[in-house]
Amino acid sequence: MKLLVAVKRVIDFNVKPRVKADGTGVDLANVKMSMNPFDEIAVEEAIRLKEKGAATEIVAVSIGPAKAQETLRTALAMGADRAILIQTDDEVEPLAVAKLLAKVTEEEQPGLVILGKQAIDDDSNQTGQMLAALLGWPQGTFASKVELSGDKVDVTREVDGGLETVKLSTPAVVTTDLRLNEPRYASLPNIMKAKSKPLATKAPADYGVDTAPRLQTLKVAEPPKRSAGVKVADVDELIGKLKTLGVVA
Amino acid sequence: MTSLVLVEHEGGQVKDATLATVTAATKLGDVHLLVAGQGVGAVTEAAAKIAGVGKVLAADDASLAHNLAENVAPLVAGLMASYDAFVTPATTTGKNIAPRVAALLDVMQISDILSVEGADTFTRPIYAGNAIATVKSSDAKKVITVRTTAFEKAAASGGSGTVETVTGAGDKGISSFVGAELSKSERPELTSAKIIVSGGRAFGSSDQFHSLLDPLADKLKAGVGASRAAVDAGYAPNDYQVGQTGKIVAPEVYIAIGISGAIQHLAGMKDSKTIVAINKDEDAPIFQVADVGLVGDLFKIVPELTEKL
Ligand SMILES: Cc1cc2nc3c(=O)[nH]c(=O)nc-3n(C[C@H](O)[C@H](O)[C@H](O)COP(=O)(O)OP(=O)(O)OC[C@H]3O[C@@H](n4cnc5c(N)ncnc54)[C@H](O)[C@@H]3O)c2cc1C
Repeated sequence: MKLLVAVKRVIDFNVKPRVKADGTGVDLANVKMSMNPFDEIAVEEAIRLKEKGAATEIVAVSIGPAKAQETLRTALAMGADRAILIQTDDEVEPLAVAKLLAKVTEEEQPGLVILGKQAIDDDSNQTGQMLAALLGWPQGTFASKVELSGDKVDVTREVDGGLETVKLSTPAVVTTDLRLNEPRYASLPNIMKAKSKPLATKAPADYGVDTAPRLQTLKVAEPPKRSAGVKVADVDELIGKLKTLGVVA
Repeated sequence: MTSLVLVEHEGGQVKDATLATVTAATKLGDVHLLVAGQGVGAVTEAAAKIAGVGKVLAADDASLAHNLAENVAPLVAGLMASYDAFVTPATTTGKNIAPRVAALLDVMQISDILSVEGADTFTRPIYAGNAIATVKSSDAKKVITVRTTAFEKAAASGGSGTVETVTGAGDKGISSFVGAELSKSERPELTSAKIIVSGGRAFGSSDQFHSLLDPLADKLKAGVGASRAAVDAGYAPNDYQVGQTGKIVAPEVYIAIGISGAIQHLAGMKDSKTIVAINKDEDAPIFQVADVGLVGDLFKIVPELTEKL
């Protein structure tokens, strides 16, 4: 079966985001950008399924600016076979991303689409579920284990109360959680090899999808700041503080 | 404007997350509830008593027993013909179902709202809570998930909603529930605990995590949380994880022990009323947000603290 993985170029998780002084957004100028960490886990899972012989081809797709090519090259260096960039400088909301991915899915006919559960920039946690809805496919969200058998896939999900397993018919959509796997680093030879793997560039219009935003961002502000409090010298003093807070009698 | 709120329930009881969600929805206008599940009589009765609730729709069917999004979302999408907004808590159940409803309705969901600024305007955290966006929706119907720590809980009693039965389309036949491994604990649930003690990578093993933290939690009647590093290392189960991509908590007191304070962790706990940090590194970022800090070795401090409390 073919696998489709969706990847997004986002601020690197190690960078502390700063709000722009004019309140229009977060400052991304000269900031390190990387593949969304949950998407790395999605790529890794696809590669593992292919290595196990459960999949034959991995197609990575990204929607974003020209620079998202780098993100796709990373996916190719990790082990994806080819890539599609739907290039746009506009901000594309999860609903429109899901619509574009649905079109790519119709073209590519994968058995599974694997995506990160959320992107660490907008923290929406929507795209995979929306894609599944548009396709009429089942969804295994927040996956910590994915097991293919025949035309079914068992997905173990990280839920608020613990873990839950669902059985889905394929084709299906899976979104990854942190414990699904530990993504590999691309080796230097594979990074070199990735440069010659096919990467197709498209535009949203090629798919006939309207990507006009439904949400207008009126303002982006800093959250209320917490300031550092006091340091206590020892456990007795700590207990004293807890007492004044009314935590202990 | 009337909202439909999805009731989150377990073992015949309405979960607290629902109560905060009702408060958020009330800010938009009238509130009706949807109870979906199998054998939901008791929950429906309890839901009708929530203060401020007009009507409770009860959908009782085997296909709805395990919150499968494939079966719940079409039911909701159908009901939305009579509603202006669909609102769920931003729990794993809400996050699984709401976007599926949104796409069926061709609506862009507003995730994890912190406040209602107007009928179509909301604030929500982005970038691990390092920025707060004010967004205005142009969709005719709204689909919203609610950060439950940002809203007071509606009173669980005092309401007198009327109950109406609704039916869904049944089982889509594309997904089924296999089983669950739910953490059993006598301790308060993280999202509603008044005090949380939380442990990080520094504990070094599952044994040390539990042998040190559990007695402290017992003394304080606290819930127990963990950093991602502690969960990844297997010291604690996944449902203990506090953070950007785990649980969002805001207890009266959060005690972070052997946790460095990465932005992803802070995202989940920095709205706690009081933060206490115990860490051997005096420059650990957690101290920048802590109201009370104690620099030192947790293996000495925690037993001493537990004993003296
Ligand atoms: C996509 C993504 C999502 C993430 N989501 C989350 C999330 O939701 N929640 C989360 O927590 N993290 C999350 N993380 C991980 C986060 O970046 C950090 O790696 C993690 O929080 C670190 O955990 P820690 O503080 O336990 O470990 P460390 O950073 O290793 O800190 C250990 C601390 O213990 C202290 N220490 C060591 N020994 C002792 C001792 N004997 N006594 C006292 N103190 C001691 C050290 O000084 C240090 O400060 C995420 C990361 C990514 C990439």
